[in-house]
Amino acid sequence: MNMQLYYRRRLANRIVTIGAIAAAAFGLLCLAWVLWTLIVKGAGGLTLNVITEMTPPPGSDGGLLNPIMGSLIMTGMATLLGTPLGILAGTYMAEYGRYNKLTMVIRFINDVLLSAPSIVIGLFVYEIMVLQMSHFSAWAGIVALSIIVLPVVIRTTEDMLTLVPNNLREAAAALGAPRWVVIRHIAYRAALSGLITGVLLAIARISGETAPLLFTALNNQFWSINLNAPMASLPVTIFQFALSPYAQWQSLAWTGALIITLAVLVLNIIARTLASRQRTR
Amino acid sequence: MMFDVTKRENTDDLTSEKMSVRNLRFFYGQNEAIHGVNLSFYERKVTAIIGPSGCGKSTLLRVLNRMYDLYPDQRVEGEVILDGINILDPKFDRNILRSKVGMVFQRPTPFPMSIYDNIAFGIRLYDRPGRADMDQRVEAALRGAALWDEVKDKLQASGLSLSGGQQQRLCIARTIAVNPEVILLDEPASALDPISTSKVEELIDTLRERFTIAIVTHNMQQAARVSDYTAFMYLGELVEYDETVSMFTNPKDNRTQDYITGRFG
Repeated sequence: MNMQLYYRRRLANRIVTIGAIAAAAFGLLCLAWVLWTLIVKGAGGLTLNVITEMTPPPGSDGGLLNPIMGSLIMTGMATLLGTPLGILAGTYMAEYGRYNKLTMVIRFINDVLLSAPSIVIGLFVYEIMVLQMSHFSAWAGIVALSIIVLPVVIRTTEDMLTLVPNNLREAAAALGAPRWVVIRHIAYRAALSGLITGVLLAIARISGETAPLLFTALNNQFWSINLNAPMASLPVTIFQFALSPYAQWQSLAWTGALIITLAVLVLNIIARTLASRQRTR
Repeated sequence: MMFDVTKRENTDDLTSEKMSVRNLRFFYGQNEAIHGVNLSFYERKVTAIIGPSGCGKSTLLRVLNRMYDLYPDQRVEGEVILDGINILDPKFDRNILRSKVGMVFQRPTPFPMSIYDNIAFGIRLYDRPGRADMDQRVEAALRGAALWDEVKDKLQASGLSLSGGQQQRLCIARTIAVNPEVILLDEPASALDPISTSKVEELIDTLRERFTIAIVTHNMQQAARVSDYTAFMYLGELVEYDETVSMFTNPKDNRTQDYITGRFG
C-alpha cells in the first residue's frame, strides 16, 4: 500500500471537511447576525401601537397599521389570483401534457420567469397598468405580486404531482375513474402537503418584495383599503422610513422589518414541516 | 412430478368464452412487444399467463383493460372481444370497459385515504348509494376479499397503515366492489411474504365462483395451484395454451417443457 498516497488523501479530506464546515458556519452566522440585529433594533418598537396606529408624520410617534393591512390585502389577493392559475398550469404540465413539447416550452419559460428580477416585473406592470390607468393602485401591486406567485406555484405543483407514483393513477384508472377524478381525488390528495408547501413558499416570497410594489401600489401615508388607490405596504414603508433622517421613522422601519422576517420565518417553518411530512408518508 | 396440480371438477362442461384476443400485436414506440397472439379466457375460469421476464405477459394483461391508453407512445393492433364487442375500438368507452374488467397490480396501491373510502371510491364512480347501503357494499367487498375481520374495527384508519398483504387484499376488495365481470391480476403476490401469498391464493380460489380471472405470474407453482388454464408466452409469442393439468403434466412444446422444468427463465 502506498502510504504517502493514503496520507495525502486523508489530508485532502480533512481540508475539504473543514472548508465545508467553515462555509456553512459563515452562512449561518450571517443569518443569525441579521436576525440578532433585527431583534435588537426592532423588538423595542414592537408594542400594541404598531398594530393600532397609522404611520406618523415625521417627528411624531405612530404605528404600522396601514402598511400591515396593505401588505395583508395585497399578499392575500395576489395569492388568491396566482394560486388557482398556477395549480391549473402545473396540473396541465404534470397530468395532461407530461409528454408534450408544449410542456417543455412552458417549463422553460416558467423557469425564466421564476428567476426574473422582481423589479422587471414591477416595471412591466407599471407599463401595462399604471400608465394606462394613469395612477398608482393596489390592483397594479396585486397583479405584480401575483406574477411572482405564478411561476413558484407552477413549479412546485408540477414537481409535486410528478412525484405521485404512476401506479396510483393506474390503480384509480383501472377502476374506471375518468382523468379528472383521478387528478382531483387521487393525485391532489397524494400531493396535498406539497401543493400547500408551494403556496406557502410563494407567499413567503412575495411578502418581502419591494421592487414590484414601488412602481405599482406606491405607498400611502393614510389608511386606505381602496384597491383603486395607492396602498401602503410593509416593504415599501420600510424602504421609505429607513432612508429618512427621522429617528421615529427609522425605528418603525426596524420594527416592520422584524415583523416581515418573523412572518416569513413562520411560513417557512410550516412549509418545511408539511414537506417533511410528505416525504415520510 | 414437481407440480401439485389441483384437478377440479368441471361442473359445467360447457365452458363459454368470455373474452378473446385476436391477432394481437403491441408496440412500445417502435418496439414490438407482442407479435400476434390469439387466446381465449373462459367464463368463471382462472387463466394463468406464465413466461420469463420480458415475454409480454404483463403487456398482454394491460391490453385487456386498455391500461396502455394512458401512455401516448403505446399502440395496439388486433382485437379483444368481450361478450361479442371489440373493446379495443376507440369508440368503446374505456371507463365502462374498466368497470367490467378490473385490475390488481403487482405492488399494493392503496389510495391515500381511509380503508372505507378506498372501497367507496370505486362504488361512487358508478353509483350514489345511501349511507346504509354504502356501508353494506363496503362490508360485502371487504368480506369478499377476506379482509373484513381484520379491518372491521378500524375502517376509518388510513389504507396505508395496513400490512403489505392486507393492502393487496384491500386492492382486491376495491376491485370487486365495482362488480366487474373479469379480474386481471398482474403478479398479485410477487411483492408479498409466503403467508400473505397463500391468503391471496385462497382468495383467488373463492373469486373464481363469481369472476373470470386472468393472472400473470412468475411463480409456476402458483400457476399450477390456482389456474384452470395456462398460457405460456415467450419472446412476445404465445407458445402454448392448454388446460393447466395437461400443460404441467404433458407440455407439447419443448420450450414450455424447458421453462416449467426450470431449464431457463
